[in-house]
Amino acid sequence: MDTYDAYQAITDVTEDQRWAFGAGFDDPLSGIDTTIPDGVSADDLAAYCEMLGDDALLMSHRLQQWVGHAPELEEEAALANIALDLLGQARFLLARAGTVDGSGRTEDDYAFLRGPAQFRHVRLVEIVDNDFGLAMARLLVFSTWRLAVLDRLRVSRDPVLAAIADKGVKEMTYHRDYAAQWVIRLGDGTEFSHQRVQAGLDHVAPFVGELFTDSDVETRLAAAGVGVRPSETHAEFDAALDAVLSAATLGCPAWSASGGATRTAGHRDTLTRLLAELQSVARAHPGATW
Amino acid sequence: MSDTSEDWPLYEVFLRGKRGLNHVHVGSLHAADAHMALHHARDVYTRRNEGVSIWVVASKDITASSPDEKDPFFAPSGDKVYRHPTFYAIPDNVPHM
Amino acid sequence: MTTVELQEHFDRTIAHDRRIEPRDWMPDGYRKTMIRQISQHAHSEIIGMQPEGYWITRAPSLRRKAILLAKVQDEAGHGMYLYCAAETLGVDRADLTRRLISGDQKYSSIFNYPSLTFADVGVIGWLVDGAAICNQVPLCRSSFGPYARAMIRICKEESFHQRQGYELLMTMMRGTRAQRAMVQDASNRWWWPSLMMFGPPDNDSPNTEQSMAWGIKRHTNDELRQRFVDMTVPQAEALGVTLPDPDLRWNEERGHHDFGQVDWAEFKRVIRGDGPCNAERIGNRRAAHESGAWVRAAAAAHATKHASPATSDDQAAMQQNAQGGPDE
Repeated sequence: MDTYDAYQAITDVTEDQRWAFGAGFDDPLSGIDTTIPDGVSADDLAAYCEMLGDDALLMSHRLQQWVGHAPELEEEAALANIALDLLGQARFLLARAGTVDGSGRTEDDYAFLRGPAQFRHVRLVEIVDNDFGLAMARLLVFSTWRLAVLDRLRVSRDPVLAAIADKGVKEMTYHRDYAAQWVIRLGDGTEFSHQRVQAGLDHVAPFVGELFTDSDVETRLAAAGVGVRPSETHAEFDAALDAVLSAATLGCPAWSASGGATRTAGHRDTLTRLLAELQSVARAHPGATW
Repeated sequence: MSDTSEDWPLYEVFLRGKRGLNHVHVGSLHAADAHMALHHARDVYTRRNEGVSIWVVASKDITASSPDEKDPFFAPSGDKVYRHPTFYAIPDNVPHM
Repeated sequence: MTTVELQEHFDRTIAHDRRIEPRDWMPDGYRKTMIRQISQHAHSEIIGMQPEGYWITRAPSLRRKAILLAKVQDEAGHGMYLYCAAETLGVDRADLTRRLISGDQKYSSIFNYPSLTFADVGVIGWLVDGAAICNQVPLCRSSFGPYARAMIRICKEESFHQRQGYELLMTMMRGTRAQRAMVQDASNRWWWPSLMMFGPPDNDSPNTEQSMAWGIKRHTNDELRQRFVDMTVPQAEALGVTLPDPDLRWNEERGHHDFGQVDWAEFKRVIRGDGPCNAERIGNRRAAHESGAWVRAAAAAHATKHASPATSDDQAAMQQNAQGGPDE
């Protein structure tokens, strides 16, 4: 006899936080020592948090645009999970930037009130994708790179960055595995899918050099034991990509060389349009609480 | 009839939570292969909670027996867990839900 | 066993409020009705991702963005749980999707209304999910086991959704004048469609009697509609929102709220396909499904290439059987 009481079920309090990752009401940085480590410039640390935060924020935005358009329902769930993880990372990092640079700005101030010239992301995350092959190619590159960086960031002398990196490594491992599996399926699937994902990789190739170009901020922070020089992750990235592309029967594109300008935002079309979508509602109601 | 060239088979999902004693059947999902099924199970049925043990089994590989259930379509001991979709045509719309 | 004995066994199971499971014998009409109801419910969850999904990239705070993204992800999950339940009755999800896209199967017409502002996100959570919960809690006792179990899981998650929608509205109602106006406007637009979610009035609902006899439906449309109104009026008062019905008032004698006449002509128009967003909702679903075909095909091709030799044979055999199977 089925005696399960459905009414009871819906009123049972549950500690299950999973329905909204990072959407709790608590201060995300509570319990963590937020003082800036010795010998580290506050401006540098804030800039670095913005860099890592903006990468995650905009990459999440691109994934959010797939909601309702994914190739299968199970992929809707998977892409939303990845987008939520990255959004969570962005929130921690941007909140940290505000506590460090003395401005007291909130995560929302950074996300919604900065103009295009003030963002500090790599151009890879701006790429518009309405093709699943391109989306997976970009996600593979992004996740592999970011995983390698966060992995090294776990031993940062800044306890907040170390904590964020620690959580982030588990997430990025999952994201990279997801993207890698898809690149392999598409590369070694049908002829058509092979061409599409190869084209996606070729489209992404010009943006890869920037990922491994050390900015002045990263160089200084790495010397202080707080940050990571992305150039140090290049070999690991190459090895990982080679393994995936070989399993996928795909040709390795000519990744662009590093050493040029890095993280120079500006009034580019793609960025202006992206920020218009991201910021328009918030900006239409200055000072409002949501 | 469905176009089978792009359709993914059905997998049944079993989870054992962190404090659970054994795996419990929670539902099913579609995946192209078992590795994908595991990923999907984690995304859909656990929303990526860690520490959850997941089993996935292709539905067609499950053999079921339940003598009280009397549908003559099924052999009384040892048959599919439920009808697979070659059997039933979809009825059309009703005027309202 | 004879058909008569099977029918008696089925009737007894229902009469004792026990579950019918996929391997049980069931009357054809019951099976068909369950497939229709479950698949339409599943389609509604998937289509329902669209009006709110639009606002994810536009959400005005990162916390609201995360909440909304998780909610829409939940809705995809709910659709999947329900499709799974339908599949235990011997149908295929891909076929159900094709029926949805072709218009053969419908979804809740509430989602044919547009979500015009961010306040709609909160009001959809408050009113639409609120109405859905009223409909769905009784379904947790549905006679069909897989459906009942899916509904229990869904109801738990849906109660979070309603709470979060309401909390957004509370925040907005304590905010700027523009925010308050936005909430009132959204409420004005979604109130009557929410009442329509319970279906036509009992005297215009021919399937209700059979559905109740089969334990598929536990309450009538009007009963649930009344329950929803009674629950929601105090919630609106607490918010400071005026519900757009001048006839809405407490009736001491009945112990319920009286309310005005629903525009059933509009309801029928929207169901028939004439609502503001019908074409757009289906169009989006079709576009996603069709543009994803090459991806699904690639994954299937990859799986076939890399299956073990024994499994490849099985898959080839299954395909042959599938093509030769009976069609009703």
